[in-house]
Amino acid sequence: MNAPQAADAAALMIEREPFYRPVHGEVELFVAAWRNRVPVLLKGPTGCGKTRFMEYMAWRLGRPLVTVSCHDDLTAADLVGRYLVTASETVWVDGPMAHAVRIGALLYLDEIVEARKDTTVVIHPLADDRRSLFIEKRGEVLKAPPEFMLAISYNPGYQSVLKELKHSTRQRFVAIDFDYPAADIEAGIVARESGVDPMTAERLVRLAHMTRNLKGNGLDEGASTRLLVHAGKLIAQGVAPRAACTGAIALALTDEREMLAAVNELVSAVF
Amino acid sequence: MSSSAQSSETPLAAAALEERFEELIGAVLSSRRTAAGIAQTLSAEPRALQDFAMRWVAVTAKTSPELAYQFAALAPQAVAELGLAGAERWLLAAMDVYDREGLHRASAQLKDLAAYAARMRERGRGVAFEDVVRVLDPFVAGLSGRRLRLEPADTAWTDTATLFLPTHVALFEEREANFRVYKLCAALLWAQTRYGTFNLEPGAYPRSQHAQALLAFLETLRLAAKLERRLPGLHRDYLALAQPAPGAEFGPAAERLRAPGASVADSVAELARLPASAHAPSWPFVGRLDLERALAVRTERVEREKGALRRALAKLQRDEGRSEAPAIDFEAARDDKADGNAEFAPMLEGRPLAPPPEVASLVESIMQDLGEIPEDYLEPAGEGGYRAGGGEPPETGGQAEADETGLRLYDEWDYRRRHYRKQWCVLRERDVHPGDPSFAARTLERYRAQVRSLRRSFEALRGEDKRLRGEPYGDDIDLDALVRARAELAAGGELVERTFVRRARHERDMAVLFMVDMSGSTKGWINDCEREALVLLCEALEVLGDRYAIYGFSGITHKRCEAYRVKRFDERYDALVRERIAGIQPLDYTRMGAAIRHLSQILAAEEARTRLLVTLSDGKPDDFSDGYRGEYGIEDTRQALIEAKRAGIHPFCITIDREAGEYLPRMYGAVNYTVVSDVARLPLKLAELYRRLTA
Repeated sequence: MNAPQAADAAALMIEREPFYRPVHGEVELFVAAWRNRVPVLLKGPTGCGKTRFMEYMAWRLGRPLVTVSCHDDLTAADLVGRYLVTASETVWVDGPMAHAVRIGALLYLDEIVEARKDTTVVIHPLADDRRSLFIEKRGEVLKAPPEFMLAISYNPGYQSVLKELKHSTRQRFVAIDFDYPAADIEAGIVARESGVDPMTAERLVRLAHMTRNLKGNGLDEGASTRLLVHAGKLIAQGVAPRAACTGAIALALTDEREMLAAVNELVSAVF
Repeated sequence: MSSSAQSSETPLAAAALEERFEELIGAVLSSRRTAAGIAQTLSAEPRALQDFAMRWVAVTAKTSPELAYQFAALAPQAVAELGLAGAERWLLAAMDVYDREGLHRASAQLKDLAAYAARMRERGRGVAFEDVVRVLDPFVAGLSGRRLRLEPADTAWTDTATLFLPTHVALFEEREANFRVYKLCAALLWAQTRYGTFNLEPGAYPRSQHAQALLAFLETLRLAAKLERRLPGLHRDYLALAQPAPGAEFGPAAERLRAPGASVADSVAELARLPASAHAPSWPFVGRLDLERALAVRTERVEREKGALRRALAKLQRDEGRSEAPAIDFEAARDDKADGNAEFAPMLEGRPLAPPPEVASLVESIMQDLGEIPEDYLEPAGEGGYRAGGGEPPETGGQAEADETGLRLYDEWDYRRRHYRKQWCVLRERDVHPGDPSFAARTLERYRAQVRSLRRSFEALRGEDKRLRGEPYGDDIDLDALVRARAELAAGGELVERTFVRRARHERDMAVLFMVDMSGSTKGWINDCEREALVLLCEALEVLGDRYAIYGFSGITHKRCEAYRVKRFDERYDALVRERIAGIQPLDYTRMGAAIRHLSQILAAEEARTRLLVTLSDGKPDDFSDGYRGEYGIEDTRQALIEAKRAGIHPFCITIDREAGEYLPRMYGAVNYTVVSDVARLPLKLAELYRRLTA
């Protein structure tokens, strides 16, 4: 093919071991699914480590990782590929999905429900035992190699009722449930990722639990592990803890004045 | 209004004033109680004050002539003390009390002018409960695993379900410091519920007032130590505010109560060791203990939650498909159980169990009350204890409760006061009794030809894929554009990049709520047309796929406003809904404001890019009580529509009014409206209007 390929397989390899702390046997489950060519659905709130888990698994299995963040304008063509017009001809360019199938990568479709409905047409045949991708415009059928795996993620928490995952889709996947880890484990993760001392990490986690208590009581989501890591990094850089938490956590959670004040009061109670 | 007639600056004479009083509040005057006295006093005042007094006497008289009389008597004094604006607030506060608690309390409030003035002076620098509640409420919710309510009260205390906070704190010059007091006060009351201040048997507590006050203080010392470990930032506030320092006699007790495992039993033990002369320093944030009420609430909750937990476990057991009780074990996952910080991980036969959230919060709540989960709580309730045939138990606590009682309170706008009457309207949701099952079919038959064209016109609206040509990127190649581009290129022009076809979907993300007048005035012809209109509308909306709900409204007086469910958002357009449409009947009056407020809330809860509230009524809002008829009702309706608009809803009003009253621009002017003068055309017109509105 003379097409300008999206990315080289080597560039998609994860070279260094990403930090990931297994919580409840999800690694074994994933490996078993991969060996048996069963696609996987990662369920859980934002910022709890789904993407990091995928990176870790790609490293562990030694496969390239193709990640697509789905958005509401993402069409099947965006995934599969399209013809581009150059100066004198039209050339076919693989989309991330076709590319991932060709190189036998782990394909991770993040927040799948955000994508347009027509994407199910290409996801379904890949996700069941056909494991094939039909490229309509070229009349080509790609058979997925054994190393290829499809993983999608889904946050049941905040999407609207309109964006629920259809049963015909979700029943093709083995689901792994992600949630924020238990407090001590989460504190360990925050300390390790951000470089703060264990005591500060523990306080950050305590603050996160308080904001998670507010979920549904004025906040759409509580503070995720990712936000704690951000706050921790700022603190490790010498930013005062209260200022760091206001910037990295309170303002990230809400725009509403009174809610912001309440979260800031929680911050100043903990720090 | 009273001040309209004479516009000069000269004060009115006593006789003229007396005459006005007779006119306004004659109902409460008699031969023994004339208006001569108050007219005499007022005649000595400047004209501005007279006008002010007469205007508000007129307003107040609409609510209560008696209150108006008392106001007139006190007005000069009040203006002297509070100024015009202050006196207005003073009267409005009294009217709020009148709405809530009646004349007796309202006139007491009015007469206690000195106390009111003192409170106002304090409030100038202090912080009031209303100012902080919207911050403290989520703050406390964040702290606790259990939802606690906040209420104002004379002193700070808690019954373990509600935290009562002082109405006002003005100890310091700076607002910030006063807010700290509030925050600490709320946090300590929360700590009382969280760290088991009320976990002893009733007999274990001291009886005397003095001893209870000391216990409250000792508990504060104990809980402050807990805060120090858990909320160090808050503890710094505590140290700064805990002035004056406690006497030396508290020293040993304070030291011992700092121990991580200290409990309320230790505080009671320390109480016995204190010398009889011990006197607690008065710290601004220490509340009192109301043991009787707190223990009562706690006992009730413990019982209720025991039942709820056992039922939930029974459900868990059934879900797991077991016949015998699952051996659920709650193990402390962390070691600091002594500190009450333990996280409890339920184990099902040795493996960790992710409990449903409602079980988790029950367990958390029971742990707070009892410090453990007693054995008998873990026995799933047998089938007998379970709601037979009732399906799911009410799991979503707050929502279910609100539905059971079904009552909602809404403010109402009083244009004369230019203020809301707080929580004035009581609204109840009810179902429309299903009517003639054949009504919908007959209507469709009758309008058969029109329905067909209606459908076609709505189909054209449906969110359909459009192919956009000449796009810079897309799914396919736009051959025409490509040929043109090639030709241009060959002719030495620039390469045109817009050579793709893209499919763009125009999505309708719309939630619409129809609010239908069910007042008595719609009787007959209008009611028939309304019902027919709804049937046709539903047909059209089904084609379109928009989410919609239909509610009727009616009511008598502010105590009985009603919203009738015809179709909820989550209901399908089925036979039952069709029968309910047929069952829409003319009932009572048109108190529109409360209905608009209630239905906007329902609509605001729907997730949609566009929310549309369509009201369908036959004219003026009308209710026979509290002067709702006329201007008051028009102004309240207008205000409710403005509120809806502020909440991100697009209100649209359709009115069937053959006289097309001149009040319409005023009432609906803030929003869009249309008048359907020919009732017979309503059925087709309604769907057509909706189509135009959303195209």
